[in-house]
Amino acid sequence: MTNDEKLTANAVIADTLDKATAKDPDLLVVTCDSRGSAGLVPFTNAHPDRTVEMGIAEQNAVTVAAGLAHEGKHPFVFSPASFLAMRSIEQVKVDVAFNKNNVKLIGISGGNSYTWLGNTHHSLNDVAITRAIPDLEVYQPCDKYQVKALFKYLLTSDKPAYVRIGKRKLDNVYHEDFDFVPGKAKIIKKGEDICLISTGETLYFALKAAENLEKQGINAQVVDLGSIKPLDTELIGQLAQKFDHIVTVEEHDVINGIGAAVASEVAKYGHAKLDILGFPDKPAIQGTQDEVFHYYGLDAEGIEKSIKKILDK
Amino acid sequence: MNTLDLKKKAVELRERTWQLIYNHKNGHTGSDLSCTDILVALYYQVMNQDKDNFGQKDVDTYIQSKGHAVEIWYEILADKGYIDRDDLEKRYSTFNSPYIGHPTTDVKGMEFHTGSLGHGLGLGVGVALAAKMNHSPKHTYVLMGDGEQAEGSVWEAAMAAGNYSLDNLTAIIDHNDLQITGTTDSVMRSNPISNKYRAFGWDVQEVDGNDIGALVDVLTKENNTNKPRMIIANTVKGKGITVAENRADWHHKIPTEVQYQEGLRELDAQMEALNND
Repeated sequence: MTNDEKLTANAVIADTLDKATAKDPDLLVVTCDSRGSAGLVPFTNAHPDRTVEMGIAEQNAVTVAAGLAHEGKHPFVFSPASFLAMRSIEQVKVDVAFNKNNVKLIGISGGNSYTWLGNTHHSLNDVAITRAIPDLEVYQPCDKYQVKALFKYLLTSDKPAYVRIGKRKLDNVYHEDFDFVPGKAKIIKKGEDICLISTGETLYFALKAAENLEKQGINAQVVDLGSIKPLDTELIGQLAQKFDHIVTVEEHDVINGIGAAVASEVAKYGHAKLDILGFPDKPAIQGTQDEVFHYYGLDAEGIEKSIKKILDK
Repeated sequence: MNTLDLKKKAVELRERTWQLIYNHKNGHTGSDLSCTDILVALYYQVMNQDKDNFGQKDVDTYIQSKGHAVEIWYEILADKGYIDRDDLEKRYSTFNSPYIGHPTTDVKGMEFHTGSLGHGLGLGVGVALAAKMNHSPKHTYVLMGDGEQAEGSVWEAAMAAGNYSLDNLTAIIDHNDLQITGTTDSVMRSNPISNKYRAFGWDVQEVDGNDIGALVDVLTKENNTNKPRMIIANTVKGKGITVAENRADWHHKIPTEVQYQEGLRELDAQMEALNND
């Protein structure tokens, strides 16, 4: 992968899993009447023997996946993030994480990506709840290169994990394949004046904001927090000591998302002032993703404005 | 083991469980005594599983969804040599012990942490489905409570088991008609359970769940139905000790010294009667 064509996370995942079936005889996808939304129809058509359909029953899908994993299977459960991370959370806690069953939970159509379908379908609390579960890794990849690298890691890891992805074609933050290292944040733009930390789709907007600010003489660093748990406490600790201002940006409620994860490290190790940009703690306004990101100041323009305000420039 | 020996084993294990709970002042007494005969039938006669082959490929899996009835399970695992009895009796419900109030995988013989109700049947579906995919002769057994039937996840799993024709899965309901608050009919009516499972695509058998001979018969009866099998085991909560029998408040009640001694005398009398059989 080296061109700048934009791809959905779904497309990259389906392709990666399809190729992995040749190497991994135990690889399974578990769906909850969700194969279409997950972009898995070509996969399930090509590999009916690798497909376990559980119907619209997310709790049982997670528990059954735990049972399959117990017997040595490698199930990837696909369900809208809003259901997988909330309706099934006790099954995730007990049957997957506590029981240490190698189940990969793929929260599709995450964040605000269901747009007009409304708050029943949005998952703006999934990071908060999943990162509070012991022994569960939490990832939110930002572009096709990171999705591919992340899934390469997930296919070989024996640890339970939750991954949140969105629906639309992802802007490219990276420009070539790389190895995903769990627990490592990545500095994708160096800067001195302020540090932006983001994850998932908003990372691209943070990068664009930083590029715009550069032209105005503000030198912002940008950090990719695709690995939310394990958290790169070492790098965040260093950032907290180096910068006077850190700003986190996420497609998530401001309560207990990556802002809170970063805050706990900043409070421990540094002097930096921290601002958390995200969705307010109330039902989200409805619109297209671009409209909603703009409304909450999470697009490049909004992030740029916030930074200027924080720096009083 | 013949039926008489199984009956003696059940009395012996009821006595050990009664002692363990009394000595440590902790346990789900009524629930343990209710399902004792079911566990004895499974572990001493039915399942292809022992301390040496436990966890190996193709070996049967037992999942105790009603995890709270764990003391009888500890005693069986100790008796069968999976765990050390002295260690169990010394450390049960003490600080940092693996022998707590619900099953954990820290204890040899227990494949899943259970205790939160409504999970075991789905786990069993996953294990049985994997066994089908692996062309394994493994059989999976899941024990549930009747109060547990109010959990919606049970019915998601029941539907999936029927959908996938999991004839390598046997679920047993310890049907004593009591739960912590009172009768199951007064708390949340699940009766008649049999028809519900039939409608979900199960082969349903009913049995006296405190009759070991009948339990062994039904648990070993060939299943040619292409359906998962549900055994409704009609039991008496607190079975074997009069003061605890058929009493909801004995769900997790601890005997007083007088009750404890009386219980031991009753169990001794039951053993004596069996010895004279």
